[in-house]
Amino acid sequence: MISDTNDNLKIENSAPDVAVLVIRHLYKSFGNNHVLDDFNLEMQKGESVVVLGRSGSGKSVLIKCVIGLLEPDKGNIELFGDDLTGISEEELDKIRAKVGFLFQSNALYDSMTVRENLEFPLRRHWIQVTQEEVNIMVLDALEDVGLAHTIDMMPVELSGGMRKRIALARTLILKPEIILYDEPTTGLDSITSKEIITLMRVIQEKYNTTSLIISHDMNCVHMASNRVVILVDGKCYASGTYQELEQSMDPKVKQFFE
Amino acid sequence: MLLAPNLKLFLIEVGDLSRFVGHFFQQWFKPRYEVAEFFRQCYVIGYKSLPLIGLTAFIMGLVITMQLRPSMVEYGVESQLPVIVGIAIIREIGPVITALIFAGKIGSSIGAELGSMRVTEQIDAMEVSGTNPFKYLVVTRVFASVLMLPVLVLLGDAISLYGSYLGVNIRSTTSSYLFWTQIVNVLSFSDVLPAFVKSFFFGFAVGIIGCYKGYNSKKGTEGVGRSANSSVVLSSIMIFVIDLLAVQITDLLGLN
Repeated sequence: MISDTNDNLKIENSAPDVAVLVIRHLYKSFGNNHVLDDFNLEMQKGESVVVLGRSGSGKSVLIKCVIGLLEPDKGNIELFGDDLTGISEEELDKIRAKVGFLFQSNALYDSMTVRENLEFPLRRHWIQVTQEEVNIMVLDALEDVGLAHTIDMMPVELSGGMRKRIALARTLILKPEIILYDEPTTGLDSITSKEIITLMRVIQEKYNTTSLIISHDMNCVHMASNRVVILVDGKCYASGTYQELEQSMDPKVKQFFE
Repeated sequence: MLLAPNLKLFLIEVGDLSRFVGHFFQQWFKPRYEVAEFFRQCYVIGYKSLPLIGLTAFIMGLVITMQLRPSMVEYGVESQLPVIVGIAIIREIGPVITALIFAGKIGSSIGAELGSMRVTEQIDAMEVSGTNPFKYLVVTRVFASVLMLPVLVLLGDAISLYGSYLGVNIRSTTSSYLFWTQIVNVLSFSDVLPAFVKSFFFGFAVGIIGCYKGYNSKKGTEGVGRSANSSVVLSSIMIFVIDLLAVQITDLLGLN
């Protein structure tokens, strides 16, 4: 249901589950550019929320604040009930072990093979893991994305879609409770985009993960979301299902669906 | 008027670099220690630079000897050729030229590698993966540079002197024993130690500047190229500045 409060459109969430991610009154500026301006969001377990906004609207800044790569100027971010404000690097790393992050540019390490790329987060977060366990987990993750045969290849030898899948496999290897996707379909052709979105849905269903997706690709928004949040002027301008927002008469919402 | 903004930019750069160096000293002794990555960097930075350093050092020793020879003959001191070349190479030319070649190869490579990792979000990915990228990428590379450059300088000096030995023997015949004895007899502690010590500082300058430029790379692929380029330029200038300071200090300590 969409309600109109303080010029913003909001939807009341009916799911009474545990909040995995809570963002309250988030502010982030770069000089005089106020990128996030009192942004609020709450996500329940198993939800798939797409944050939709124009280029440069602060979507990537938002997701980087959530993972602790950027420090907000003001406001609170709670992940699994832990407030990220002012926590130590060690505590942040423990929380990050439960969070997957799919980078827009994939961020595969060029100097490492696919196997080493997947082993890296495992070895860094789980020091006590044996080589045999590592091998099994790497293979499992690669099989999830259908690229087990690329295990000894270098990232440069892979196509754009394959690199995206490997990056997704690296995200999955720690069995995260929430996955943050930064523009997962950018730079991919429409067929590969659909494959990646389908894969994201399959993974979400298989592992019951929560997904926060940053995108301006309407196909991705339509296929991957349970809920869509529209980011305008640094604020959560509107929130609802794809179908609800599609029917909105608000011009700022409508422009995304035209 | 034109100088003011440039001066401001220069001071900002100096401030940022100083902060980066401060952060390095703050981080280097804190656990977790990236021992495996450090040894990997020693292999990449040290061992893989050896062929280039060896080749340039050999040519340098040979050419200096051939260039000096006519003047030495003119003044009737041809027999002192190994002594002059030996002192010049060990005290000054060896460390400085090796450091400059090292800056060209390693400084640019570190600047480009870290710059590329920055613009393709690989450094962010490392941070998300429970790794302190500063310790993993910067501390290991700077330490490897600090330790490997003095080793390369020693090896480069030896190869350069061998090149000089061949140069001496092009026009005359000098036995290997006589050549090396002449050099060893004339060299003292004050010739070898300052040259060896300053090469640690050269290594630090090349490593930290390459890392600073790469780690703070901006503006996409153009920024990566700029990082690599400015790493070499700034490192090379710093090598000469350190060399100048080293001469003054050894002079003050009476080691010259």
